[in-house]
Amino acid sequence: MSLRRPAKEQPESFQFSSSSLDAANKIIAKYPEGKQQSAVMALLYIAQKQNNNWIPLAAMKYIAKFLNMPYIKVYEVATFYSMYNLSPVGKFFVQVCTTTPCMIRGANKLVEACKEKISENESELSNDKSCSWIEVECLGACVNAPMMQINDDYFEDLNKEKTLKILDKVLNGETPKPGSYRGRVNNEPENNRKTLLDLKNASR
Amino acid sequence: MLQDKDRIFKNLYNDLGSDVLSAQKRGDWANTKELISKGREWIINEIKDSQLRGRGGAGFPTGLKWSFAPKEVGSRPHYLVINGDESEPGTCKDRDILRFEPHKLIEGCLIASYAVQAHVCYIYIRGEYFVDGQKLQNAIDEAYKKNLIGKNASGTGWDLDIFIHYGAGAYICGEETALLESIEGNKGQPRLKPPFPALIGLYGCPTIINNVETIAVVPTILRRGGKWFASLGREKNTGTKIFCISGNVNTPCNVEEEMNIPLKELIEVHAGGVIGGWDNLQAVIPGGSSMPLIPKEKCETLTMDFDSLMAEKSGLGTAGVVVINKDQDIIKCMARIARFYKHESCGQCTPCREGSGWMWRMLERMAKGEASKDEVDMLSDVTKQIEGHTICAFGEGSSWPVQGLLRHFKDEIKKRNKFDPIVKENKNIPYLVDQHLLDKNA
Repeated sequence: MSLRRPAKEQPESFQFSSSSLDAANKIIAKYPEGKQQSAVMALLYIAQKQNNNWIPLAAMKYIAKFLNMPYIKVYEVATFYSMYNLSPVGKFFVQVCTTTPCMIRGANKLVEACKEKISENESELSNDKSCSWIEVECLGACVNAPMMQINDDYFEDLNKEKTLKILDKVLNGETPKPGSYRGRVNNEPENNRKTLLDLKNASR
Repeated sequence: MLQDKDRIFKNLYNDLGSDVLSAQKRGDWANTKELISKGREWIINEIKDSQLRGRGGAGFPTGLKWSFAPKEVGSRPHYLVINGDESEPGTCKDRDILRFEPHKLIEGCLIASYAVQAHVCYIYIRGEYFVDGQKLQNAIDEAYKKNLIGKNASGTGWDLDIFIHYGAGAYICGEETALLESIEGNKGQPRLKPPFPALIGLYGCPTIINNVETIAVVPTILRRGGKWFASLGREKNTGTKIFCISGNVNTPCNVEEEMNIPLKELIEVHAGGVIGGWDNLQAVIPGGSSMPLIPKEKCETLTMDFDSLMAEKSGLGTAGVVVINKDQDIIKCMARIARFYKHESCGQCTPCREGSGWMWRMLERMAKGEASKDEVDMLSDVTKQIEGHTICAFGEGSSWPVQGLLRHFKDEIKKRNKFDPIVKENKNIPYLVDQHLLDKNA
């Protein structure tokens, strides 16, 4: 298990904005009547998105009331799942995968790059407070290792130089292009394709 | 090598586009109504004939699983749940299906829902795959618009609604009952089985849970016949499978191949060989991180299917092949996997919650050569105390890779760790307690 603890400084109150409210009601409709508790995970995401990428305790209380469930159950869910940030993170939230398939292809270089560009320790904000990074467990893009995720996007087939460039762009407020950084097409074997060749040629 | 005409996922690399029109050009949704009009019995029998085994790791026969759903719908509705919580290190096949072949999955959902009499289908996708989930959502919207799903889906008279439920970074939610807990809005801690989900599952109703890949191959099997699928591979290990080859190879890739393909062919032909040549190979993890590794000597002749890997005391799992060459420190690699399991244990059963941390700390020390002689056997003992003593299979999943390391690389560990027991040496080793769990502010 991992240690997860809410931030010390918490805002007083939290309320869904009208667009969040619309989204929340749409999600509750996905589940059978009386089972609105199922929506708690999605609602926590909505709260996280609305509140600069982290979830304050006030939001958990608000969601508990909203879904008519005990506060402790929302707290349980929010502290169990690792994608809910319980304390402030950067607007650009960098997650570097360091599990074995990435590790053996040099994920530690990506960590070094993050340390140089963002902050010495993980979960610390960068100097301009726009960016933070953490090491995470397998992100499920192992054939594109090493890779990292910035907010929702995957950046794949990286090395240290490329990571530094991406982070530079992010810190300058630009949005780098997601996907492979060795220019390969999705998950095909690079320059070594032996399958589905007629389809590849037909599409050209 | 499998011929292209026998490949199911023709758009694995997105040459052809993933939208509904391109999918229809490839033959998806072609005669769904006709297939469904042949009836439940026929569909389930055809899947049984194909000998399709679940692609999520356990390899349970899919036709058999479907036949466990109650024959008559009682007072409780039936549910179909698709497991797309792909988090096993080394595995990234479902992601490609979600983003490039979503219509195969959606059509499979319709057929499977009809076969198990479900009107609602939930697709559980790991939260990190948000972008890929959006692509699936677009495909679902397209399918609704064309009335391929929804009320009277594809003109079959069957109503089906498909919803996506995002996870939030918990590996354990790939376990089927933890996944159900997660959909119900609880923390993802597995349930005791029995009762099995086929009778008491989501919201206490009969629920059939299948992997994304399993469901996505169903329409093609029905179209081309269970016999065709069974003709590929070998007895009880039939059909095709998406292999993910990652790690120290020249061209890591996903590729759809026949079951029972030699591991060497997979690595040499598709993945461009091991970095530094075949002789530089150290070991291979054949089926995602939970499966024990296999040393080089055995890789020469190994074939990749459920039963032949079982015979090597490993398993096909999710078919995520992680190749480790001799430039890597094998103990460190396994220590990192142990750290993964320590991080992902749900904390419900004591042997797993505590034991996964023990294994990690011992392996970290062994990688540095700080362990004592007797600890090698102690580690093996710890794995045995976890395995089989937990509610779900996570206990096995976390202890098998360590057992695999001990089985094949014990000499390596012993060579590096020659200390007498700590009691005698009295070495000051900070790893003995879970340092990062100590509250430094308290």
